[in-house]
Amino acid sequence: MSITDQALIISNLRKKYPKVEALKGVDLALPQGEIWGLLGPNGSGKSTLLKCIIGLVKPDGGEIKILGQVPSRRTKAQIAFVPEVENLYRWMTVRQAIDFTASFYEDWDEGRIPGLLEFMGLDPDKKVSSLSKGMRARLKLILALARKAPLLLLDEPFSGIDPASRDRIVEGIVRQFKSEVQSMIISTHAVGDTEQLFDGVVFLDEGTVSLQGNAEDLRDQYGKSINDLFKEVFA
Amino acid sequence: MNIDFSTSIPIYLQIIEEFKRQIVTGELKPGDKIPSQRDLAAQIRVNANTVQRAYREMELMGLVETLRGQGTFVSQNQGLVEETRIGMLTNLVDDFVRAVQALGLSQDAALELVKSRFSELEAREEVNDK
Repeated sequence: MSITDQALIISNLRKKYPKVEALKGVDLALPQGEIWGLLGPNGSGKSTLLKCIIGLVKPDGGEIKILGQVPSRRTKAQIAFVPEVENLYRWMTVRQAIDFTASFYEDWDEGRIPGLLEFMGLDPDKKVSSLSKGMRARLKLILALARKAPLLLLDEPFSGIDPASRDRIVEGIVRQFKSEVQSMIISTHAVGDTEQLFDGVVFLDEGTVSLQGNAEDLRDQYGKSINDLFKEVFA
Repeated sequence: MNIDFSTSIPIYLQIIEEFKRQIVTGELKPGDKIPSQRDLAAQIRVNANTVQRAYREMELMGLVETLRGQGTFVSQNQGLVEETRIGMLTNLVDDFVRAVQALGLSQDAALELVKSRFSELEAREEVNDK
């Protein structure tokens, strides 16, 4: 496989915080057109890794190549990042939050918004503050899926939300993801109901990759579901 | 379509098995249109590449045929349907034979047991039908 077939290549990435070594030499390759699960318990380094890719955290060593390029302002514009933290202004309406986000991005596709709002069951006139956590998670996903970014990074999109919202988000990704032009990483510690979404998975264990590969190959090789493998590795 | 993903078998194989089952039981008939890849992916909330792999394999097996711009259809080849049915039954019987061997039952005793279970279950169905 040539380098251009990889949306993202990470080699020997290291990051140390004053009290903890978050990434201890991470290697990862994300094939173009695939959805990969970045799996690990809280504190395993998932968020730090995603933040290094988007450029919010500066690594201490190693290399990141995004669509063949080192991280820069240019690569940042090619990434749609959905952080785990609440990044919506609560006083805005859903419509205002959408318009506000749209103003930042040149690759915004307004034509996708009506269908996404309808599918996610969101009322554009509602205030963000009146939405449940699951509904806010749906809105955050809409804000990422409305962009024509070649690389999407979702940090814990299923964390602490109701099963109905989780299923809507999974289905929304399956429907909207354009494998011809996009690649995606989703970090999560809730593997059970989402494993069928992933082409491949990376297990991150205290800053080290302990297992990595195509999800179907792993099921075949170990005779286990990804969820069972996850439980074994992180027992 | 209903698939239990808690199992340890690759998902694309489970999708193929489900289509095979529907074809040999007649739920899907020769020439029937099956869902588009994207619709099925959304319906069962499975990665579209996984569904694509299942469809590609089924096309290679000749179980289904994709016509450009029209969709994917169950093969008209009745011989292949019969072959698939025999294949699925053979797998079931193989599992049974291995289980019987593991439990240390002789072939004659196993066949006797199969016969008696057939009578028992058929009798039960007749009662239920009345």
